[in-house]
Order: sequence, then C-alpha cells, then structure tokens
Amino acid sequence: MKESRLRRRYRAERRYRFYGKAAIAFAVCFLFFFFVAIVSRALPAFSQHEVLLRVALPDNLLKNLSTAEGEDANISEGAARRMLDAALAQELGGGGSAHERRARRALLTPLAALDLKRRVENLSASSVSSLSPSLLLPSWSLSFALSSSSERFLRAQSGGEQVADPALSDMQRDMLTALDAKGLVAKRFNLAFFTRSDSRVPSAAGIRGALLGSLWALLIAFLLAFPLGVLTAVHLEEFAPRNRLSALIEVAIYNLAAVPSIVFGLLGLVVFLNWWQLPRSAPLTGGMVLALMTLPIVVVTARSALKAVPEGIRNAGLALGASHSQTVLHHVLPQAMPGILTGAIIGMARALGETAPLLMIGMVAFIAQAPATPLDPATTLPVQIFLWADHPDPAFSSRAAAAILVMLCFLVAMNAAAVLLRQAFERKRQR
Amino acid sequence: MTTPDKHTDKPAAAKRQRAKIRARAVNVYYGDKQALFQVALEVPHKQVTALIGPSGCGKSTFLRCINRMNDVIEGCRVEGELTIDGENVATLDPVALRARIGMVFQKPNPFPKSIYDNVAYGVRIHALAQNRKETDEIVRQSLARAGLEQEVASRLNDSATALSGGQQQRLCIARAIALQPDIILMDEPCSSLDPIATARIENLIAELSQNYTIVIVTHSMQQAARVSHRTVFFHLGRVVESGETTQIFTTPRRKQTERYITGRIG
Amino acid sequence: MLYASLATLFALAGLVFCLHAFARRHAFVKGKNGRIRRDAYSFPAASLTTGCIVAIASLLLLSLSLPLSLPLSLSSSLSVGVPSPFVLAGLCALFSACGVFAFVRFAPPSFPARAFVETVLRVLLLLSSTLAIATTLAIVASLLFETLRFFEEVSPSDFLFGLHWSPQTALFADDIGASGAFGSLPVVVGTLLITVIALLVAVPVGLFSAIYLVEFASSRTRAIVKPTLEVLSGIPTVVYGFFAALVLAPAVRTLGEALGLNVASESALAAGLVMGVMLIPFVSSLSDDALAAVPQDLRNASLALGATPSETAAKVVLPAAMPGVAAGVLLAFSRAVGETMIVVMAAGLAAKLTINPLDAPTTITVQIVTLLTGDQEFDSSKTLSAFALGMLLFCLTLVINAAALLATRRYGARYE
Repeated sequence: MKESRLRRRYRAERRYRFYGKAAIAFAVCFLFFFFVAIVSRALPAFSQHEVLLRVALPDNLLKNLSTAEGEDANISEGAARRMLDAALAQELGGGGSAHERRARRALLTPLAALDLKRRVENLSASSVSSLSPSLLLPSWSLSFALSSSSERFLRAQSGGEQVADPALSDMQRDMLTALDAKGLVAKRFNLAFFTRSDSRVPSAAGIRGALLGSLWALLIAFLLAFPLGVLTAVHLEEFAPRNRLSALIEVAIYNLAAVPSIVFGLLGLVVFLNWWQLPRSAPLTGGMVLALMTLPIVVVTARSALKAVPEGIRNAGLALGASHSQTVLHHVLPQAMPGILTGAIIGMARALGETAPLLMIGMVAFIAQAPATPLDPATTLPVQIFLWADHPDPAFSSRAAAAILVMLCFLVAMNAAAVLLRQAFERKRQR
Repeated sequence: MTTPDKHTDKPAAAKRQRAKIRARAVNVYYGDKQALFQVALEVPHKQVTALIGPSGCGKSTFLRCINRMNDVIEGCRVEGELTIDGENVATLDPVALRARIGMVFQKPNPFPKSIYDNVAYGVRIHALAQNRKETDEIVRQSLARAGLEQEVASRLNDSATALSGGQQQRLCIARAIALQPDIILMDEPCSSLDPIATARIENLIAELSQNYTIVIVTHSMQQAARVSHRTVFFHLGRVVESGETTQIFTTPRRKQTERYITGRIG
Repeated sequence: MLYASLATLFALAGLVFCLHAFARRHAFVKGKNGRIRRDAYSFPAASLTTGCIVAIASLLLLSLSLPLSLPLSLSSSLSVGVPSPFVLAGLCALFSACGVFAFVRFAPPSFPARAFVETVLRVLLLLSSTLAIATTLAIVASLLFETLRFFEEVSPSDFLFGLHWSPQTALFADDIGASGAFGSLPVVVGTLLITVIALLVAVPVGLFSAIYLVEFASSRTRAIVKPTLEVLSGIPTVVYGFFAALVLAPAVRTLGEALGLNVASESALAAGLVMGVMLIPFVSSLSDDALAAVPQDLRNASLALGATPSETAAKVVLPAAMPGVAAGVLLAFSRAVGETMIVVMAAGLAAKLTINPLDAPTTITVQIVTLLTGDQEFDSSKTLSAFALGMLLFCLTLVINAAALLATRRYGARYE
C-alpha cells in the first residue's frame, strides 16, 4: 500500500466529513440568523410611545355632565380636535397659526382626535367628578399615541443615532425632544396590536381581524377535511376492492398532494366564486379551499394510523360476531383515532401558513373589521403579513414581523400538541 | 472432495507451520458485556484454520478482530495483542490492513453493480491497476481463481444481483482475492447456500489454501473436518482447545470438546 | 348570530336523540307468536339513516323545483340566493322526523336493518373517496375551460413560444391577438432561473447533510440535527418571502454594489437563495430515508475491502440509494416551480428574458397572482392568460411528479 496514496485518501475522507458538517452548519446558521432578524424587526411593534397631555374640558360640556342624569356627552370630531390643539399648545407653546397647529398635531397619530371623541363620549356624570377633585380645575390627563414618524425619531434618538427623517421638520423634532425631556413620553406595551384589526394607521393596526379570520377558516377546513379524509382513508384501507376505481382514487390523492397551492386557488376562483357564487373574501370559501389542500395529508396519515392497529383487535371483533363494518367502526377506528388526530393537527398547522390560494379567492382586501360570521369578508394571518410587508412605512413591516412571531407561536403550539398527543397515546397503549 | 492431506508431506509441512496470525490475551467488550475472554491462539501460514463452537460463543467476534471490522460497531472495545506477521494490528492503519485481508460474509453481499464493477471496486480504490487493461486482467484472474469465470465470462456487465446464491458467494470471494490478500476470513460462508453450492465452495477453499491463509468460522463440524488443517474450539468466549483437525475430532484433549463434538452441547 | 346557531345545533342534537329513543322503543313489535325483535341493535340506526336520506332528498327536490327568490330568507346576513340557515335546519329536522316515523311504521319485521345501514355506510365511504377524483377533475376542468377560451383569442404557439410577455399593454393597445403580447417564454425562463438557483443551494446542502447524518454522525447528533432541519420545513413560505424581501434582497443589493455589480432590488439571487433554504428539508429528508434503507451488508462488504467510510458512502451507498435521492430532487424541483409567496414578495414583475441571477425576472406564479388580484372582469384575455399559465404550471408539476414516482417504483429496492 503506497503511503502517499493512503494519505491522500484519508485527506479526502476528512474533506468529505467537513462538507457534511459545513452543510449542516449552513442550515443551522441560517435558521439562527433568520430568527434573530425577524425578532429584531418585530420588537419595535410590541411597544407604543405615548405622550401625556392635560386636556381641558369645555365649560358647556361640564355643565351638561354635571346636571343631566346619566346622559352621555356627545361632541363632534372638530370639537375634539380643538380640545387637542389647546392641550398641545399649552404644553409646547408656540403660535396659533393653522400651520403650526397642524405641525403639532402631526406629532400624534392621525386618529388622536377620534380617540379623544370616543373617550369623552364614554364619560358619564359620575366619572367626571372622579376626574378632578373640584370643578374649578376641569382638566383630564390622557395619553395619546404618537405618529409612526415621531416614534421612529424617538427610537433612533434613544439608540444614539441621528436620523435625518424627511417626515419631520426641525421644529417638530425639537418639540418631540422637549416633550421627552419633560418626561411626558412613555413607552407602553402595544395592546392595540392584539385587540384591534387592520387600519391605515400603524398605531391602531392589529391582528385581531386576521386571527379571527384564520380561526374561522381553519375551523371550516377542519370540519370539511377531517370527516371526508377519515372516511376516504377507512374506505381505502378496509373496504375498497382491488379494482381500477380504487387505483384511480390512490393516484388522485397522490396527485393532489403534489399540486402547487396556487392551483387550488385557481380552482376556488373558478368553481367556488364563479360557478357557485359563494361570498368572496369570506373564511367560508377560504376554508373550503384549505380543506381541499389538507385532504391528502389527512388521508395519508389516517391510512398509516389504521395500518398500525394490531391484527388482534380486528380478529377479536370478528370472532365475537361483529360484522366487518362494525369491527371497523367500533374497534379499529377508535384505536387509530389518536394517530389520525395527530395527522389532522399537522395538516391544520400547514393550512395556517398558506397564503397563495387565499390571495386568489380575494382575501387580500383591506379589511378593517373582524369577521362576525364565516360569511363576512375577512383576511387571514399570513395574508395580513403579506399585506403589511409590502407597506412603505417601516412601522407596518415591523408589525408584519410581530405577526410572524405570533403565527410561529401558534405553529409551535400545534406541532407540540400533535407530538404530545402521539406520545400520550403511545404510553397509554403500552400500559 | 479432497481432504487436506498436506501434513504428510514433511518439508512443505514444516514451511507451512509458521504462524501468520497470533493472538495473545485478547478481550473484547460490547459496551459492558464481555464477549471474548483472554483468547490466545495461532493461525498458521497458508493453511485453513476452522473456528468452531456453539452459537454466540464469540467465533465471529474474533474473526472480526483480525481485520478490525469490530471498529465499525459502536461501543465495541478490543484489548490484548493480535499480531499479523509480527505486527500488532492495533498499530496498523485499518484501511491498509483490510486491503491485505479479504472477508467473505455469511450472507452474500454483492454490490448492486455489474459483476465486473463488483470485482474491480477494490482494485480501483486501492489503485492496484494502472489502466483498463490491467483491471480487466485482474478481474479475469480473480474470477478464474474463484471458479466463476466460465459461467460469467460472457456477461460481465450484467447486474451481480441476478446471480444465484452460490454464484454470488463465489463472486464475493473473487472480489476479495482481487486485492491479492495474504489472509482470507470467511464467516460461515456456506450457511445460506444449498448443498451443491456448498460443495463447490469447499472445493474452492481447498484450492485457495495453497496460496492464502484462510480462517473459516463454521457451525458445521463436518465442514470443519472436511476443509480445515487446524481447528480451534470456542465456548462462551474462551478458547477451549486448539490443534490439528484430525486430532481434535478423533482424540480431543478436553472433556468439553468431546461433548461438543459428540453433540451433547451446542 | 353565533348564539342562535349554537341554539339551533343543540335543538337538532336533542331532536336526533329523541328520534333515536323513539326508534329504539319501536324495535320491538308484537307478532303472531309473542314479541318479535327487529334487529334491535341496528334498527334505530336504520331509521335515522332513512330519515337523513328522506331529508336530503326532499331538500334537493325543493331547491331545484322552487325559485330561490321566494321569501324563504328570514334573516339575511347573506347576499346570496340561499335560504336562511335556520329555515334550512328547521326543514331538515321536519323531513328527517317524517322519515323516521314512516320507517318505524312501515318497515316489515324481517327488514335486514344491519345490512341496510352497512350498505348506506359503504356507499357513503365510496362517495367521500371519490371526492379526491372529483377534485382533480374539477381542477383540470376549470383550468381547461378557461384556457380553451384563452386560446380562442391567442394561439397556443404564440403563448408557448412567444418571447414577449406584457398582458397589460396588450389591452391598452387593443390588439389582443397581436403576437408577442402573451408569449410565456420569458416567464418560464424566469421560473427556471430561480428554480435552478434554489436547487444549487438545496441539493448540495441537503444531500451532504443527509450523507453526514446517516453515515458519519452519532445517534445523539442525529437526534438533535434531524428535528432542527425539519423546523425549516415547518416555516410558512410567506415568512420566507418576508425574509427574502426585507432582509436578504437589500443585503444582496448592497453587497453587489460594494463589488461594483449592477444588482436589481428584487434579484433572482435573493429569491433563489431563500427558496433553496426552504427546499433543504425536502432533499435532506428524502435522501436520508433512501440512504438509511441501504442494507448494512453493503457497507460491511465495502469496509472489509479496505475502503474508507467516505469512499463507501460515495461509491457504494449513494449509488445504491440514487433512485430515492433523485426522487427527492425532482420533488424539490416541482415544489420550487410551484412556489408562490417567496417570489411574489421577492421577485420582480417585469418579464425579462434573462439568465443573469442579478436581474429581476418574473415567474409563472407571480404573474398568476398579479393578473388575478385586483378589480378586473372575468372575461378579459388578461385574466384568461392567468389560467393558461395555471394550466402550464399544473402540467409541468404533474410531469415532474410522475417522473419522481417512476424513479422510485422502477429503480428502487433492488438489493435482493
């Protein structure tokens, strides 16, 4: 054996092993880098800067509230805006020209006036007296969300970088710094992200509508795909005779599993929307398309679960005089049910992340209200992420990243549930 | 069927008694379980040595120590001294070592390649031939020595898995001798073959023993008696007795050996 | 609305329970020689089945015969011509109760209730299985229908071999049939470009990981690394698309500009890289299965001949596992061709016939999405072209998957 050749072969061996380790390292590093990128982008979305302002309630309003019994105060949006302007002017100083008033108002979110209007309308006589000890000082301390450009400026400032943001003028930047220096700016947890639906304003945009839309769609997909998938699997495993029809069914299922998801969207567009005139953008239609996509997965996992049921149980049932159908229904199916459910959960987890087919059936519109029924127009979580990711305002893309984290949490929970379910029932079977 | 009558030829016998493989105090552990206990034996040069004993007594384990195939098994530990031509195998490079030793397994395991490629595989990885013509010659010679040439000469490019069991085993033997080893190890080579194929392989072993040192593990005492010059009897991981085959089978020194040979144990 | 639906569901469940009890009681009938038992176990099931069949049949007849504009919708939160769900539920309950009563009254004592129920069950199973076939047929039918309508206006050869894709301008210039406006070749080439880049990432990484995990890694390493790679397959593609568009594409662009190259902001390289990472688990997991299925005997034979473990892996194990590995690569290929979200978010919209990975080509799926989202009439050739593209995509993936299946069936498992 020539020494040099042997050494070369060992060098090749080391190189080969190195390639393998490098490949794995590449994949793992990507995963790590990927999560870091998404989490770092998502963090700003979980907090919202707010400024504390003292809003003076107008006299006629106070009189209304103190005299009437349980009557709600109603003000117009214009009146609310004037109250807001007064509070801002009091805090920041500056002139009363329309331009300067607009500049000050632009520091807050565009929905601030509406927000104030709503809060005033929720007042009642009793709560007014609790706001101020005496009617001589009718002012109310409220927090208002800042606009996304203000937030960007403050975040950059606290990070130590100087941002030349074209959205803010120098005057506005000084005003923000002044407010911050007075300690009136606080960073609060962005609860609106979870309680509100989509909005044109980032500070009021949340995933509630998308979450509900996803839940409705998944529920409908489950209700359709699970029974049909299990019945198909039972048929193929237990009852189907070896004829061409059964072979055709198996081929069809294999094909369906391989069809790209967008083609299912096209099917939904033509058949569900065009031929059957189902409501566009509704979780019902989305759920039906998702059900068709999840069907092959449910069938395949249900079949393997049924195959795994030991022969002994079948024999015992048949020996007691139960018919084939009764054995399957009463003994085999319940025994296989944990495995089937595991597969269904995994199928649902995959359906949760599907976007392309839902785009085709129109769930891509701007929906500002959460759906009350499966027939209302809605969007789903992945579609919401898609819509927000496209937005030029970086506040929206950070909300998209935050929504991604929420979706990943759901996926982890579902997959963990499936694994735990499988383990629990395997342990039960061994006992 | 030729019986190895060589020990009557005195000068040749003296030459052949030189020890090729020598084991001293070899202990083998699989994890915590010990499989071989203080094994000491000698395998003479260019003779057939048979390792016999009941199943699970460590014969295959010892065989695998010789060409360090035990290294492949996770959790296996080999202690003691095992030398080939005076060199301790533990100090040798396993890849180079295995090129000097051929191994034939219980179940024939040809690669799912052509017959030619099966035999040429070892030649190619150890670069034993400079060009295609030399490889062809080596393949032809190996197939001839394994007694397979006439049957497959016309279909060298056919898949090896299409051969019968006996042919596949002879192909594995050809594959091993293509590397021109000094030693051939055989782990129950005939146990999955029918009697006629078995007979052909036993003839082959007798022919090969003129040029190679052969160690064969076998379950069948008749086979050991037919084929080998020396026999070693293993029992529960220990060497009970070793000596010339005729002596072991006619006048065994130990009671245990006698009980095994007459069929009372194992 | 939610509470009303729940209340209706509970009411229906209660009704079924009562009907079941009723049928059970009447499973015993007085005959000439004392009481005759009418297959008491299956009788209630048979009666309820009859009730269901009667209900479904009647509702079908009703919906087909009556015009749907009748004031059957009491509370319409729907703008669809279907009666209110509560009315439907009420009718269902009424018809099924009638069916049960009729069965109980008129079924003869010798009626084979169990056989009846089981036959219905078998029919139900068969029907639900044929849904898979029905779906496939529906996909083919819907795509074919629209594609044929498209081919009435644009010739197939123009579509398949034309070099110019710009459906928007065709409409403006009002010359729909003009050759060159619906040529799909640039789109197909764009798809292939991104797919090739993706496979160049996925196949080496996936294959080498699988080889390392099967041949060289300890079982502990394998137990940790294998699930980690599976995590990659669980991430939704919209998340990959987000990463590609917002993190990787700008990074590639700045890197390219630092090197002095002209990189588009939505380069094929960025999209292809991320798609490649998404495909790694496909290749790795299928290759892993194929490699692990090679029997240990072959490895032992190779090692006993003095081959190093890597030589064994490369020259014996890998060739033996090749059909499974090839099937994995083909499946990854078909997945890449059909992938939508990554390219919609990270690839371009303009159809350029280019093989430069730093350019921004468009793909079949991107075009389908852009042509069909937004307001447009359903009949314009613009939307129909999307269906033609969909048909092309469907046929392409079907052929690739058939090839993968053939590879495993014909060349797999020849170790005996």
